[in-house]
Amino acid sequence: MYSLLSTQNLSASFGSTQVLKNIQMDFDEFTVSAIIGPSGCGKSTFIRCLNRLHEEVAEASATGKVLLQGHDIYASDVDPVAIRRKIGMVFQKPNPFPSLSIFDNVAIGLKLAGVRRGAILRETVERSLKLAALWEEVKDKLNSQGTSLSGGQQQRLCIARALAVEPSVLLMDEPTSALDPISTAKIEELMTELKKTVTIVIVTHNMQQAARISDKTAFFLLGEMIEYGETSELFTAPKDQRTERYITGRFG
Amino acid sequence: MRFKLNRKKREVHLGDRVFAFILKVPSVALVLLLVSIAYYLFRNALPVIHKQGWSFVTTSVWDPVNDVYGALPVVYGTVVSSFIAILISTPLSVGVALFLTEIAPTRVGRVVGFLVEMLAAIPSVVYGLWGIFVLAPWLRTTVEPFLAKTMGFLPFFQGAPYGVGMLAAGIILAIMITPTISSISREIFNAIPRVQREAALALGSTRWEMMRLSVLQSARRGIIGAVILGLGRALGETMAVTMLIGNRHEVSASLFAPGSTMASIIANEYAEATSDVHVAALVEVGLLLFAVTFVINSLARLFISRGFRWGAPSNSPGGAK
Ligand SMILES: Nc1ncnc2c1ncn2[C@@H]1O[C@H](COP(=O)(O)OP(=O)(O)OP(=O)(O)O)[C@@H](O)[C@H]1O
Ligand SMILES: [Mg+2]
Repeated sequence: MYSLLSTQNLSASFGSTQVLKNIQMDFDEFTVSAIIGPSGCGKSTFIRCLNRLHEEVAEASATGKVLLQGHDIYASDVDPVAIRRKIGMVFQKPNPFPSLSIFDNVAIGLKLAGVRRGAILRETVERSLKLAALWEEVKDKLNSQGTSLSGGQQQRLCIARALAVEPSVLLMDEPTSALDPISTAKIEELMTELKKTVTIVIVTHNMQQAARISDKTAFFLLGEMIEYGETSELFTAPKDQRTERYITGRFG
Repeated sequence: MRFKLNRKKREVHLGDRVFAFILKVPSVALVLLLVSIAYYLFRNALPVIHKQGWSFVTTSVWDPVNDVYGALPVVYGTVVSSFIAILISTPLSVGVALFLTEIAPTRVGRVVGFLVEMLAAIPSVVYGLWGIFVLAPWLRTTVEPFLAKTMGFLPFFQGAPYGVGMLAAGIILAIMITPTISSISREIFNAIPRVQREAALALGSTRWEMMRLSVLQSARRGIIGAVILGLGRALGETMAVTMLIGNRHEVSASLFAPGSTMASIIANEYAEATSDVHVAALVEVGLLLFAVTFVINSLARLFISRGFRWGAPSNSPGGAK
């Protein structure tokens, strides 16, 4: 039996600089996995390989395999567009479409997939906004611009936008690093709720956050995956010295 | 205690004051120049303004022998030739800008972008020559007969194919304003943050859908501004248009027919204008042109300055409710 999502010998480069080295990881369905590690160690590059966004950067390349339900998403007959519908992403900085309303920001993924029926769109928008715990705050102003919301609300709007197409995996790259503690708490709360329906991979600089929300945690260093295990174990009894040094703040 | 930044009082050092003065003089002088150009145009147009009033812009007869001047055909010619130019150039320029920013590899983009901008450096008269020797014959023998055959039911595409005429002028203008519109569009597209494009891609949009959603939709205002700026150039362009439009003082629905523009009539007649009223009539045409381009350019500024407003979410990030 295979995991929902796994990587085999995944390496990635920008030009001639290799930034990820032979990453081997499995993500089980309906879990939250956190990726921690110092700045520049390749965390973002890693999760951007998982939805094939990495290849959109000029000069970027990757080798190895990423398997979604056992199928290699880098196989030559696979359309990256289809993959990105199954593997959603939330970015570090909230990035709602400035020209679209709150409603359209959430509905756009479905519209891109060809859904036109108003009833379906409305129903999905409402469900997604409720999932993202934003519905109560915006239900009376669905037609105002997405960018008119606060930063924390915008980030939850982006989560709703990603959820609307019902992805099986949600990638989150430091989704709360630009937010205040209250918005952060809201999004963390949300994740425990979300993992009932979607598998989450989250990059975070905040180790307390990783400890609070994740089932498993991976520690990255200089493009390598040093340690990956149950969150409780990794934080209390790390196997690798470098992990221990990092989580106790004695790094460098 | 409260502080207030007062720009006047900040310059307490003698050096600063001298420097500020040196900077102030040319700015004020340029503003005065603008105002004085408008004023002298108006004053020198007075004879014909008194003589004809509004009939100057509403009638079509231009008869220097009897001192009767109706500028309608040149206003028409200016508007129509510029409109053709915009119609052709806008999709072309936006397409070029999209190609250069979104599709072409960086190095190709830079080279092609440079070459496109070089088009702006070619002197107008050279465009005119090219138009006379290449464009007009091609229009007369190939394009205009084809248009007449396929869309001849429209009044625009009826009549004899002259080659030289409104269509030729419109096309040459389109080529001349393309560098302007495409380079401004390119700047605007480049100012759109990467994360905006990635937002679309991560949702499963194709490259084209991403361009529509993250680039074109966001850049709408800016593109309109760029087009208006191009329009401003087209309205005032003189040499190439004078060489290609055929210079006939007539309002004709057919785009194949010769016409003339505000700029071309001034260039053609000013040297030979003898009577005071004739000179005044040409000056009034100049005044009209000045007013039109001034308004158009102001509009463009307005659009572009808003089109460039990007970046941070409008509310401060982290604004908890
Ligand atoms: N577009 C790019 N072009 C070239 N090199 C890049 C690019 N993006 C990232 N890199 C390099 O790849 C390495 C990994 O970057 P990455 O963004 O994955 O790090 P990260 O772990 O996410 O860091 P942070 O915690 O600061 O976000 C870094 O050394 C970085 O300099
Ligand atoms: Mg990162």
